[in-house]
Amino acid sequence: MTTIALTVIGHDRPGIIAAVTAELADLGLNLEDSTMTLLRGHFAMMLICTGPVTPPEVEKALEPLTADGSLLVSAREVTPEPERPARGAPYVLSVHGGDRPGIVSAVTRELAAAGGNVTDLTTRLTGDLYVLAAEVDLPEGTNVGALGDRLAAVGADLGVEVVLRPQETDVL
Amino acid sequence: MSRVADWSVAELGVEGRVLPVLTAPHPMLGVPCEQVDPTDPKVVQLAADLVATMRVSPGCVGLAASQVGQSLDVFCVDVSRHPKARTHHGTFVLCNAAVVEATRREKAREGCMSVPDLTGDVKRATRLAVTGTLPGTGESVTIRTDAFEARALQHEIDHCAGMIFLDRVAGAHAVFPRRTYL
Repeated sequence: MTTIALTVIGHDRPGIIAAVTAELADLGLNLEDSTMTLLRGHFAMMLICTGPVTPPEVEKALEPLTADGSLLVSAREVTPEPERPARGAPYVLSVHGGDRPGIVSAVTRELAAAGGNVTDLTTRLTGDLYVLAAEVDLPEGTNVGALGDRLAAVGADLGVEVVLRPQETDVL
Repeated sequence: MSRVADWSVAELGVEGRVLPVLTAPHPMLGVPCEQVDPTDPKVVQLAADLVATMRVSPGCVGLAASQVGQSLDVFCVDVSRHPKARTHHGTFVLCNAAVVEATRREKAREGCMSVPDLTGDVKRATRLAVTGTLPGTGESVTIRTDAFEARALQHEIDHCAGMIFLDRVAGAHAVFPRRTYL
């Protein structure tokens, strides 16, 4: 059994997911996790699958989809990651302000310096407004107030608002 | 009928003017507002202007002074025509409002005239008590409400604290392109 990380990115049209997953199913690959979305109108798929094939065989099977150059496919073998309990406490980081290069790097550098692990992050750009929302696990013992102040200072330098708050779990 | 539900913008005795609404990333939206004297004629005019601007804006259920470029702790709300409203107090304006009780937090989608192209999922209390003062007379009032009016009040009180809903989104996948424009 091989664990394969597959990315498919390119011009969006109806039927890409159907076509890609049909080929994967024919190869006996099981989709274990995936995210498929549009990034600025470009189709983008990332998935982890397992099966009795090699990455070159996967890329070969998907060649009919990439032949016209509209889609880019990459398959790589990866080592299975063991299930790990969440490390630390979950926080939500929100950033919004005027768009400019370097917002994500400046903010995530500060998080990384504090040992924070970003587990999910999305951004939106609409007109001049740039918005980032991220989920971050902070190590136990983090001085969250001080980190929030440092993030706000980074934001002030960039002219964006940065707020770090505990993620509220849903009551089920 | 409570004093707030009974309140009418006509009590202000001035004609409201429709003002332009600022949109993010305008810096004024991030600045905490100053407390006001609710009997100050400037505040009375602002209250009338907020209601007039809210009424000409399709789908608008609340508007804070910071959204029209005035860093003052004043906002208006009217959710009476909104399908998600349960309890409501019609059109009203509050100055120097504060949340005094907030329970039963639930996540729901909200939008904002100052963020016209995005919506977001935000957890808010669905049972709420808010204190504040009425513009003009300066009477102290307490509003007890629920559901959508509670959400609108918390959203506007956030504006007065220099926050918008994007500061409170529930997670990494809680910001959405707006699909419906009223």
